Amino acid sequence: MAETLFKPGHTACAGCGQAIAARLVIDAAGKNTIIANNTGCLEVFSTKYPESAWCVPWIHSLFENCSAVASGVESGLKFLGKKEGVNVIAQAGDGGTADIGLQALSGMLERGHDVLFVCYDNEAYMNTGIQRSGLTPTTSNTTTTPTGSASFGNPRPKKPMPDIAAAHGIPYAATASVGYPQDIQKKVKKALGIKGPKYLQIHVPCPLGWRHESSLTPEVAKLAVETGLYPIFEYENGQLIPRKIATLKPVEEYLKLQGRFKHLLKDPKALKEIQAVADYNVKKYGLSA
Amino acid sequence: MKEFLEGSHAIAQVIKSCRPGVISAYPITPQTHIVEDLAQMVANQELHAQFVNVESEHSAASVVLGAEATGVRSYTATSSQGLLLMAEVVFNIAGLRLPVVMTTANRAVSAPINIWNDQQDVMAVRDSGWVLLFAESIQEAVDLHLQAYKIGEDPRIMLPVMVNMDGFILTHGMEVVDMPSQEEVDKYLPSYNTTYKLDIEHPQTMGYLADPDYYLEIRYLVQQTQQELLGIIPQVAKEFQKTFGRESGGLIQTYRMEDADQAFVAAGSVCGTIRDAIDELRSKGRKVGLVKIATYRPFPKDAVAAALKNVREVAVVDKSVSLGGFGPFYTDLTSSLSFLAGKMPKVSGFILGLGGRDIRVGSIHDVYEKLGGKQVDCEFIGLKQELLAETE
Repeated sequence: MAETLFKPGHTACAGCGQAIAARLVIDAAGKNTIIANNTGCLEVFSTKYPESAWCVPWIHSLFENCSAVASGVESGLKFLGKKEGVNVIAQAGDGGTADIGLQALSGMLERGHDVLFVCYDNEAYMNTGIQRSGLTPTTSNTTTTPTGSASFGNPRPKKPMPDIAAAHGIPYAATASVGYPQDIQKKVKKALGIKGPKYLQIHVPCPLGWRHESSLTPEVAKLAVETGLYPIFEYENGQLIPRKIATLKPVEEYLKLQGRFKHLLKDPKALKEIQAVADYNVKKYGLSA
Repeated sequence: MKEFLEGSHAIAQVIKSCRPGVISAYPITPQTHIVEDLAQMVANQELHAQFVNVESEHSAASVVLGAEATGVRSYTATSSQGLLLMAEVVFNIAGLRLPVVMTTANRAVSAPINIWNDQQDVMAVRDSGWVLLFAESIQEAVDLHLQAYKIGEDPRIMLPVMVNMDGFILTHGMEVVDMPSQEEVDKYLPSYNTTYKLDIEHPQTMGYLADPDYYLEIRYLVQQTQQELLGIIPQVAKEFQKTFGRESGGLIQTYRMEDADQAFVAAGSVCGTIRDAIDELRSKGRKVGLVKIATYRPFPKDAVAAALKNVREVAVVDKSVSLGGFGPFYTDLTSSLSFLAGKMPKVSGFILGLGGRDIRVGSIHDVYEKLGGKQVDCEFIGLKQELLAETE
């Protein structure tokens, strides 16, 4: 195994997309990096006292405040005259980003801190047992949006978090997927080369929460992208740069591998609605090759 | 140098002389004058700090947490709802052993919304692990901020310190204050140096998950440090007195207690009013004194017991109340005195001044009059019976 700053021996589940992505991020960022981490799976499985998987300075405070803590870290380094050459990364899951952490994140973006925010998006509160978040996709069956005689799973669409981040006028906002490791690392390096606040949202399958085989993580991640359900793009100074999809696949190919969408497969009308979400993404972000 | 200053201006000046590297705050009455002054000092380059304007008190506390974690002396100030919104971070800062200093301009909490002074806000974070100091005067508030950094940054301690000063009464009141010079402060308070920090040369993990095998001991260590503070805080006060020539802080202060057989116990600016009442009572031959709680956490249990061991009756003046229970000072005091067993004085608890209701010398006499009567544990003083009658 190549030298890494995120050591094995942590307690993530087999096939955890977040663990893979977190390693890709820190290894691309390098050792001159300080991380502020929100509460969530990543924090829990990587820093159970007295052991830590992190070979860089790393701090966890609370569920929603990594953006503010990172702002403080960056300000402290600036006061010391030590910011030059040091990367500050704030990272969180989707709930810690789009729900409880949104206010602190917005404050950090608006204030212009030189911090890269990384959202590991596994589309629900997995650490507490698969409850719905603001980034849970439409119809997903979670423990707080269960299917039932009066419910078809999560009734609301995903919050457009990358667009919300970009709307702050920040120099760089992007999405990525753990299905494309080189793309993640390229974007991390690019982001860290830009001064100011940056936002990167990485799609990370959760085999337990999505109910797919743990060996299928890369495949599921890729299918989310290839169907248009997880658009990959960058905003560089507000300019949209999409990652084009060579051959668009029908959404069913992605949905059928996951227990959380099982109820859709028997319902052609629902499938059509999900296909419409993908079609909308393709159009909005210009994903067609 | 002696100057006639508003409390907030005095605090901003003394914080400036402590040379914090990062200041972060969110505006709330009556804390605003302090942080406005600091912002102006940074704008004028009189103070070389990063001033971070945040979107909430929760983030203000989180920013100073992050800054302090890089080994940089940091400062914030808040009040009332602001402190309640911060509460989660307040506990976290103490658990992470980061010696942040914060001013709380003590104010009532909502509902009903009320911007005036009492001491209810700090009680919400009483159990957080912070060192809690209470100032009686603007002078003492100035002095306690110097001592706060001294105490918190002590490598044996490494805990955050809150200086409580009564909102408006001390933050907006004016007083002749002996302001320490920059040279004096630099000599008293050297720059903050720690190896406990986020440093790329020496990576460390802060803020672990501790399971049931470890949590109990980690929390016990905070309690142990708090107990060690009972020895350290008086030393800091003594050293301060040697350097600056005046008594400020310490665990408790006493007034006319030498031969007292009755005593008031209180904290904050109300102690000044109580001193006046005591002088009047003394002139009538009453042997009454005051035990002022200068440090509320750690609670100076032995010091109060020693000060009150020959006293017959005690009146505890609380400017906050644990609704459904008692005044917080009353609870701590009775717990501490219970160790005196058979010699325990008769202790009564009184609630005064909530939401800025003026506490006058006459209010203290009202308390004193009750002292000779039936023992009470949580009696509200100065209630308007006609208002209460309206609700019936």
